[in-house]
Amino acid sequence: MNKKKAITMGIIHLLLILGAIAMIVPFAWMILTSFKSISESTQMNPFNIFPTKWRLDAFQSVISKMSFLRLYWNTLVLIVGRVICAVLTATLAGYALGRLNFKGKEFAFSLVLFQMMVPSQIFIIPQYLMVSKLEMLNTSFALIFPGLVTAFGTFLLRQAYMGLPKELEEAARLDGCNIGQTFLYVMAPLTKSSRVALSIFTALFAYKDLMWPLVVNTEQRTMPLSAALAKLQGQFVANYPELMAASLLACIPMIIIYILFQKQFIEGVATSGGKL
Amino acid sequence: MSEKVVRKRKTKQERSEFIWGWLFLLPTMIGLIILNIIPIFRTIYQSFFKTGAFGKGNIFIGFSNYEKMFHDASVWQALINTFKYAIVEVPLSIIIAIILAVFLNRKMRGRTLYRIIYFLPMVAAPAAVAMVWRWLYNSEFGLINHVLNSIGLKSVNWISNPNITYISIAVVGIWSVIGYNMVLFLAGLQEIPRDFYEAAEIDGASGIKQFFNITLPLISPTMFFVTVTRVICALQVFDTIYMMLDITNPAFPKTQSLVYLFYKYSFREANKGYGSAIVMLLLAVIMLITVIQMICQKKWVHYN
Repeated sequence: MNKKKAITMGIIHLLLILGAIAMIVPFAWMILTSFKSISESTQMNPFNIFPTKWRLDAFQSVISKMSFLRLYWNTLVLIVGRVICAVLTATLAGYALGRLNFKGKEFAFSLVLFQMMVPSQIFIIPQYLMVSKLEMLNTSFALIFPGLVTAFGTFLLRQAYMGLPKELEEAARLDGCNIGQTFLYVMAPLTKSSRVALSIFTALFAYKDLMWPLVVNTEQRTMPLSAALAKLQGQFVANYPELMAASLLACIPMIIIYILFQKQFIEGVATSGGKL
Repeated sequence: MSEKVVRKRKTKQERSEFIWGWLFLLPTMIGLIILNIIPIFRTIYQSFFKTGAFGKGNIFIGFSNYEKMFHDASVWQALINTFKYAIVEVPLSIIIAIILAVFLNRKMRGRTLYRIIYFLPMVAAPAAVAMVWRWLYNSEFGLINHVLNSIGLKSVNWISNPNITYISIAVVGIWSVIGYNMVLFLAGLQEIPRDFYEAAEIDGASGIKQFFNITLPLISPTMFFVTVTRVICALQVFDTIYMMLDITNPAFPKTQSLVYLFYKYSFREANKGYGSAIVMLLLAVIMLITVIQMICQKKWVHYN
């Protein structure tokens, strides 16, 4: 029996390792290619997996072409802006929908659900026209704009508030707290883990958003990383070391943050993704 | 206490909940209405107009955009392409993720490391992911064809052969999303009580039997949730197609998705009216498929 179990575990590990290799290879190839020269990257005979010489040429070239500091900054503004807006508005609205009873609540909640069910492309043209009318194209505001409020986050926080015991609220009210104080001192602090999950979720999706930045911020100096990569590819189709160097530079910050906070990332996604 | 006082206190509490409730809701509601609710109606409205360049010259044309759409072979082709993509991406990404989750749902060495690795694509920018895969798929210098050649197989035109490009694109989608699905399934698996398996073990049920008789039924609510959300996301595929295929690519007409057409008409050709009609078609398709799934769930989802 024990031997059988050991064999099963061996097979499981083998399959998991093969899968893990499949997950890693694209990243590894990105890194290896970015240190090669163009001719080496397209050389088939001999085919070198590792660069014969680790060159930084591709990195130097894309950094000078793309002003990466600017792109990092734009991406950071986009992420931080959307996370702050989402956390603030959802913490408030989630409490109202999860814990209070008042006229119009059902209607408000149905709007939240409705927004979550509709494909987001349906909002893009009118949102674009609004930003354009405000003459805010090519600004940080334009990047943040669709994320000023969040139906998903409101839903997530509502679920979190609903899971809290009723006694807490009653005790606070007996102590003379009004609703605002109950919210601020008792209830809101208890939904912190959901706010962390929402922040991670919002940050990831802001970072990965491609179509909206492509549409509103067409000037290089106002683009986030995703849109800048798309533009770069249009310009240098065949220069793979440079494309890979740019991709690597675009991915590295998020990957480092992910590895440092992997537990929060994975749990955040599991709780927020599963709660829908 | 007289009834009157109780009533008065009650209405006071009600009033205060009403005021605070709407105060808390106000930012979100104003935002939702301006950013989402009004835009839905504007998109519907826009779909009845012909738009010239720079949004000038909105001309009411009734149902002409829809008529044009129903006679537009490229729209139907894009719809078929989108379905083909979803039919490859969704089931495979779910099946692989369930198997991974079942493997990892035990005390074992390297569990955390596996989890980190499988989830990694989730934190990479899709634009970067698409570029790497485009490079891997490159027919002359790509790594995949090189490996095929070195074991004696012929090169494949992964992203220029019209018959297989949608599969190649779907592979990128699967690779990107299995970690995410796996994490959701792991969370679902952890809710299954251990004694179910212990009882099955005593009855002598094999691992595979346990999987089909215990794991699958008990994880079916998670599966349903993941399927519904994955189908919706897959039907909106855009990033990988936009990044990996040039418009001159021979496989392009057989691969471009509905959302790609929406982007093309709305923002490349500045025909926002036609773009709006296409997005309404997408909405209808997504709604229809979601409703069908909701109806079918009764047949296979077990809620306890």
